[in-house]
Formats: sequence, C-alpha cells, structure tokens
Amino acid sequence: MNEKKLKVLAAEIRLETLKVIHSRGFGHVGGSMDLADLMAVLYGEVMKYDPKNPRWEDRDWLVLSKGHAGPVAYATFGLMGFYPMEDAYTLNQPGTKFPSHTDRKLTPGVDLTTGSLGQGVSTATGAALGNKIDGRDSYVYCVVGDGEADEGQVWEGFHFAYAHKLDNIIYFIDNNGYQLDGPTADILAHGDMAKKVEGFGLHTQVIDGHDVTAIYDAIQKAKETKGVPSCIVLNTSKGKGATFAEPKHDHSSQPKEEQWQEAIAAAEKALEDAKNA
Amino acid sequence: MNVKLIGKHEKDSRACRDGLALTLNELMAEDKSIVYVDCDLMGCINTKQLRKNYPDRAFEAGIAEGNAAGVAAGLAATGKKVFFHSFGTFSSRRCYDQIYMSAAYAGLSVRVLGSDAGVTAAFNGGTHMPLEDAAMYLSIPTATVIDPADYDQLASVTRGLLNVEGVSFTRFVRKDVIRVYDEGSEFEIGKGVVLHESDKDQATIITSGIMVDESLKAYEALQAEGINVRVIDMFTWKPLDEELVIKAAKETGAIVTAENHNTCCGLGSVVANCLAKNLPTVQEFVGVQDEFGQVGPQAFLMDTYGLRAANIIEAVKRAISRK
Repeated sequence: MNEKKLKVLAAEIRLETLKVIHSRGFGHVGGSMDLADLMAVLYGEVMKYDPKNPRWEDRDWLVLSKGHAGPVAYATFGLMGFYPMEDAYTLNQPGTKFPSHTDRKLTPGVDLTTGSLGQGVSTATGAALGNKIDGRDSYVYCVVGDGEADEGQVWEGFHFAYAHKLDNIIYFIDNNGYQLDGPTADILAHGDMAKKVEGFGLHTQVIDGHDVTAIYDAIQKAKETKGVPSCIVLNTSKGKGATFAEPKHDHSSQPKEEQWQEAIAAAEKALEDAKNA
Repeated sequence: MNVKLIGKHEKDSRACRDGLALTLNELMAEDKSIVYVDCDLMGCINTKQLRKNYPDRAFEAGIAEGNAAGVAAGLAATGKKVFFHSFGTFSSRRCYDQIYMSAAYAGLSVRVLGSDAGVTAAFNGGTHMPLEDAAMYLSIPTATVIDPADYDQLASVTRGLLNVEGVSFTRFVRKDVIRVYDEGSEFEIGKGVVLHESDKDQATIITSGIMVDESLKAYEALQAEGINVRVIDMFTWKPLDEELVIKAAKETGAIVTAENHNTCCGLGSVVANCLAKNLPTVQEFVGVQDEFGQVGPQAFLMDTYGLRAANIIEAVKRAISRK
C-alpha cells in the first residue's frame, strides 16, 4: 500500500467529482465528495477489476447503495479507464449514460442499480451469495449512507448476511451525520451506529473515513474475519473538500459559477499539495 | 403447445402447488444455475424438499420480503436463474418497490411466485387475499404476468419460465383445484388456448385460473340453451395474445372476461385496452368488483364475489344483447 499514491488518487477523484457535477451545475455534492478516500483505496489498491471488461466474472463488486453518490463513482471509473473521463461530463443530460443515481444498464463499472434507498444492501448481499455459490473469491463492497440506515431494509440485509455467513461482503456506512433535512440526530437519531451493527452480528470497525491507511487496514482486517460479514463505519465530513458544500454539509448543492470555480481551484490545489507532499 | 382438455369439473387428487414444487425439484437437478428464495413459506407450498435436496441453492430469507426480493435480484446479477416465493399479497404489495427497481428497472430476471391467488386465500382472509397482485405486476414495463388454471398448466408454465427474460409474476392455487388439463399438456407462455370454438359463436369468454372451470360450465349450460360461445384460457395476462383476442372479437362480436382478481386493472382491463385500441367491442367483466377480500370457504367467496358459472352466463347474455 502506497499512502501517497492513494492520497493523490483521492484528490484526483475529488477534483473530477466536482467537474462531473459542475457539468450539470447542480447535484449531490455532499455525499459524493466524502467517499473519495474510500474509492481511492478500493480502486487504487484493493479491488480486482478490468476496465475493458467491466462484467468480468471474477471481479470484485462495488454497490453504492446510497445511489445518489453516483458522481464519485463516475469520476473514479473515468480515472481508472472504464471510459474517457469527459464522457461523465454529460451527467443528467438527455440520453446520458451518467444519471444521478447509479444504473447497471447504463454505466460501465456500475454493478447494481440503486436509488431507492436501502435496496442496494439487499442486492449486494444477493450478489455476495451468488459469488459464494460459485466459489469465486470475489468480494462485494457495499456503501450505505447513515441517513439511508433509517430504512429497515438495510437491517434486513445485515440480518440475512449474518444468517448466511457471508464473509465475502464488506459494508461501509458513510457516517457523515447529515441527511437531506438536516443532521441525522435531528431526523431519526440512530444513537451508536456501530453498536447497532455489531448487535446484528457483523464484525464492526469504526475509523476515520478520510484516512486512506486506516481504510486499507480496516479492509484487510475485515477480510481476515471468517464466517461473518463485516461492516466498517466511516466517520466522514459530508461534502469533504468542496468549499461551498463542506461548511454546511449540504445534501445537494446548486452553487453559483464563481463558487464552482473557487471549489475547483481549491481541489486543484489540494491535488498539487498531495503530489508535492 | 400440446393441450389435452379434460374439463370434467372434477377435483384433482393432487395439490396444485406440487405442480410447481415437483417441477422445480426436477429443474434444479437439471440446471445448477437455478436458485430458489423463500420467505418462511416453503412449508406452505412443499418446497422444503428443495432446501433439503439443494442446500446450497435453496434459501430461506425469513419473513422479510423486501430484502428477499433484493437478494433475488442480486443473485440474478451473478447469473443465477432465480425463483422467489411468498404468498401473493406479500410477493406483490410487500416488495413492490424492490421488485420494480432492484429487478425490473435494473434489467434482472426474477421469477416471482405468488401463492393463494385471489379468493383461494380463503381461511387466511382478506389480509392475505391478493386481488390486486396482478394489477401491480401488469404496470411494470417488460413484466410477464401468468395465472395458471391447474396442476399440469402450472407445471408446464414453471418450465417455460426459465426462458422468460425480465421479471415474471405467476399467481397460483396452493391446494384443491378442479382439474382442467390432462397430464403432459404443454403450454406456451404468451399464447392463449382456445378450449371451444365454432363458426356459430355469439360471444367469447376470455378467462384464466380457477375461472377456467367456471367458464367451461357456463359454456355447457349456454350450449344447452342453444347459445354457442368461444372459450379462451388466457393464462398469460401480459404479454397479452392480442392476435387471438382481436380474432375472437371480430368473429364473435362480444367479449366476457372472467377473472379471480379485481376487475379494475386485471385480465378484463388488458383485454379492454387491447380492443379499445384495435377493435372496440362490447365487453362484460366478471370478477371481484373493486372490493376487498374477506375470510371464508372458497365456495362462499366465489358465490359472494360473483365468480360462478351463473355470473358468466348472465354476462354472456348481457353482452350478446348489447351487440
């Protein structure tokens, strides 16, 4: 694991995520930007995939159950060569292959369709079961929002994965503390998220979701745990690195053009800093 | 298709569900890519044997239909041929968004099975009585909707489902059913079956499921009165065999649909939709008239909701008089 390489990649993903959303002018900035570090570790170090053959049978899977984080996936896949990066600058344009929410029929690299929250947990779990039946050593990585965890289906999925001993799936909870109407604590307080997940029998770790080394180490630990599914709670800052979104932890943003330019310039500088660190 | 009609109005000694369970058991032996997901109701349709015979491919998802439907879709994404069962109410209403988005919209094939079609839910009562299950699936683009009449038709359909792409919904009877077809009958999904026709037909009864036998009784009674009618078993509601419907409308000039379902948004509706677009024709609708279900013996429910041969006969006469 090369920490510097992953930090640079995370900075590239942040910059491209901004550019993808900027191409339409508005979108889910907050919940996309805070996943850049996770995506860098997954696609820069951990996952098996073939950009030229996105449905390669022996690949690892990514399911963004919080489907509105599509732009961070589109930025990552573009950088990894699934398609020319510019293709993703058609976000939400008529006929685009890059819709707000991830769609397996449209975008190379998207493994399962998500958007109606909670459902990606179940489909990711089903994919893990399918891989297990076939004896593949593929992992499924499933990203769940903390607001999304309001959905009972998230917990039904955990329950199923535990009961069927699926140790080839790792769930991440993007614990950024905010959802559309405000702080999660004010909407439907979860209390101690990790404790709840642990109560469902999952091997659970809580880490800084912006620390690429911590993310990498936690994934290795999760993989060493046999017989039970794993969950890694990522403590994150919603909107991380987007100058107009992070201070207010907005769910979706429609900034003015000068704010966009300021945010893109800051992300470019962050990328230079990461390269020079 | 190779259809052998018995039509003697005699109860089958076999439980209808075994047409599904035994066929699935055979299919899973032949094809290792078939998986089965149930929601704690294997015991109700005799599919526990699948879990025993294929423990790595038949799964309990427990009483959590939304998750189960999602797991089914995820399995399909890994190349599995998935059958997914719960009672008809729960495999439609309870997991509709999951089937709609995770499976159908996502382009994944899941074969949904809904047991206790319509009033056959009998003693489980109104809470468990699916009278709108097919309506929900009819409104999913690309979905296939099937309402088999008996054991042998269900068995044939189960085999046929393996070749159906996308989401399909098959509503079926668990227990006692009147035997309509002989063993070995084969049906083609999407093709209606003409059970009776002549060049003197004054109307056509288009029906499916438990209403096929009632329609055959109506046919006989009408014939005794000198009224010839055509009878079509339209066990596939979607995609509808439009050619057969239009031909019947053209040749007989009056249509009666008979269904074990709410007439608002069921077989009658898809037939009316087809005819309104192609050949507007007089039509009468036999079925549950936009009411909730209730508890009771199936015979009582069929009487109460007007699902009898007598109701069909009346409807045929009304339709003919409106020509």
